[in-house]
Amino acid sequence: MAEFLQLILSGLAAGSIYALAAVGFTLLWQASQTINFAQGEFVMLPAFFVLVGMTVLGLPLWTSIAFALVLSLIVLGLMFKKLVVEPMLPHGTLPLVIATIALGVLLKESVKEFYGATAQPFPAIFPQTVYNVAGASISLQDIGNLTVSMLAIVGLQLFLGRTRTGRCMQATAQNPNVAEILGVNVKRMVLYTFLINAALATVASVLISPIYLAKFSNGETLGLVAFIAAIVGGFNQIRGALVGGLLIGVIDNLSAVYISAQYRSAMPLILLIIIILVRPQGLLGTSEGRSV
Amino acid sequence: MLRTFLGATAVALVLSAIPALGEVKVGSIIELSGPGAAAGTNFHDGVKMGFEEINAAGGVLGEQVQLSEYDSQTDPQVSRAMVQKAIDDGVYVITGTVFSSSTVVNMLVAQQAGIPQFTGSEAPSITQKGNPYIFRTTFGAQKGMPKVVKYMAEEMGVKKVAIVWANTEFGKGGYGAFMDEARNYGIEIVADLPTEQAQTDFSADVLKAKNSGADAVFVYLTEEESARFLREAQKQSIGLPLVGETTLIGAKVIQLAGDAASGAMGHVGLTADAGIPAITEMVDRFKAKYNYTPDHNAIKGYTAAWTIKCVTEMVGSTDSQAIADKMHGLTLTTDECPGVLMDATWDETGEMSRESFFVEVENGKQTVKAILPPN
Repeated sequence: MAEFLQLILSGLAAGSIYALAAVGFTLLWQASQTINFAQGEFVMLPAFFVLVGMTVLGLPLWTSIAFALVLSLIVLGLMFKKLVVEPMLPHGTLPLVIATIALGVLLKESVKEFYGATAQPFPAIFPQTVYNVAGASISLQDIGNLTVSMLAIVGLQLFLGRTRTGRCMQATAQNPNVAEILGVNVKRMVLYTFLINAALATVASVLISPIYLAKFSNGETLGLVAFIAAIVGGFNQIRGALVGGLLIGVIDNLSAVYISAQYRSAMPLILLIIIILVRPQGLLGTSEGRSV
Repeated sequence: MLRTFLGATAVALVLSAIPALGEVKVGSIIELSGPGAAAGTNFHDGVKMGFEEINAAGGVLGEQVQLSEYDSQTDPQVSRAMVQKAIDDGVYVITGTVFSSSTVVNMLVAQQAGIPQFTGSEAPSITQKGNPYIFRTTFGAQKGMPKVVKYMAEEMGVKKVAIVWANTEFGKGGYGAFMDEARNYGIEIVADLPTEQAQTDFSADVLKAKNSGADAVFVYLTEEESARFLREAQKQSIGLPLVGETTLIGAKVIQLAGDAASGAMGHVGLTADAGIPAITEMVDRFKAKYNYTPDHNAIKGYTAAWTIKCVTEMVGSTDSQAIADKMHGLTLTTDECPGVLMDATWDETGEMSRESFFVEVENGKQTVKAILPPN
């Protein structure tokens, strides 16, 4: 029982970080009807901004995180929207998808070129304290990761549902033309969406890098897992991305212990296939009409 | 005017037709990116420093060594293509690769071309395929495992062990060798945990090892995975001795894992903290040059460069076949070839023998607990 409890909690902690990345897929899908295949690299990059702050500029950890957040908002939010999405979107979804794939490669290779190909140690945000709860070793790091991720996602949900700006963003996502007629500043709302995605990516990066270590190739794994999580949960629902992320984190852990360590990485894909066959819109997603 | 022009053209043509003199080519095929970058960069920097010192001291047979690097990207197929490219570029000897999964593939290309290859790989299978052109720069897992298992059984009193290993060519080789030795010493395997290359989450593996009832955990992963495992083990307060080979306790792992590496122990063929003056001096020069602490891979690379110089000069030419022939059964002592840092012997399969160390990580560095004789 203690083992099961520990597996569930560490699965939820890892899954909550996947969920942060998965929410990014959902946000950008709603804002631009496209899939950002550079999302994994968006989570990889802020960790290196933090390291630059600490090692090159000599800033303390928390100041470096703030520095990374600002840089991420500029590079992964503003510049991504202005330099990649806006020029490509008029040409259709497919060119934009390809552009995000190219962007992912560019970010990865740039980090490799300027910071190095080897993994870098990344400081832990939470103390290395471990609690014994009913025989299970529960680390403060897991509790912290889970709490911060959940707060970020719940905060986002509240922002979107309870504030005027949030509702304007939702209206823009649902029907930008009608939203504009109703006086919503659609361009600004879309920009907010990109900035929120950049901020969430920074949070995910800071939480996961002490475990993964900071490495240029981290985005490959993270991007894939988050993509699967977004599909499993429902690509057009933030709460779907949350459920998808948590589910994958837990299933990964449980399958490694109770099914097969060798085939653990196949389990999320098996889940993905089942979901696509049984409920194509995802666990919490809603069906979207398509006209031809 | 025309005569001057024709004369200058003729001189230029003659000069361009003369082959470059005073230069010998060596190819470094190495993991500079991908999961093996930590090990590969160390190895390559060691090779580079070795040849720079050799060139500064007059080169090989009086000629300067031109070292060309080829990034294998830790991809066996790319490494194979890079070995072919190096051979096409005219190298007479090759260093690398470090990852066994790559070496078992690319060494066939060097074998076909008859080019001696000095590898940093440790999988037992590499020297068991009858390839007369492959030579190790440290001993294979089948040589190291008897030493480490003997130490675990006799010095640590381990009777039950959980083994966490990389499901790769490197990992399978070490895993097989460890299992054979564990059987010999009557050690029971209570948890058998294969992991994937570049695995990031070790929470389930640590938990299984922790709850397995083992006296110790044997960890046989590559450097970055080892660091992640150590961090997770610390997070879960594993409370068991963590024992491994060089890849658990190398300098890069200690840097990545931080405090979590404290107490990890294992067997290393080469260590910067061995207290051997030649190694200490080499490590100091390396740190001054590259601004990081070298691990065993860097020392392997450095000794590979000096081995190449010494054996080439023993042969008296850059004849690849003669060098390969000379290497079999060769013993290089530090008296005749100081750059090898420790006396070493190569057998008929290219396998290497020399003294080694059992170390424990204390205060962020390796502390030698025992010196283990050659086997």
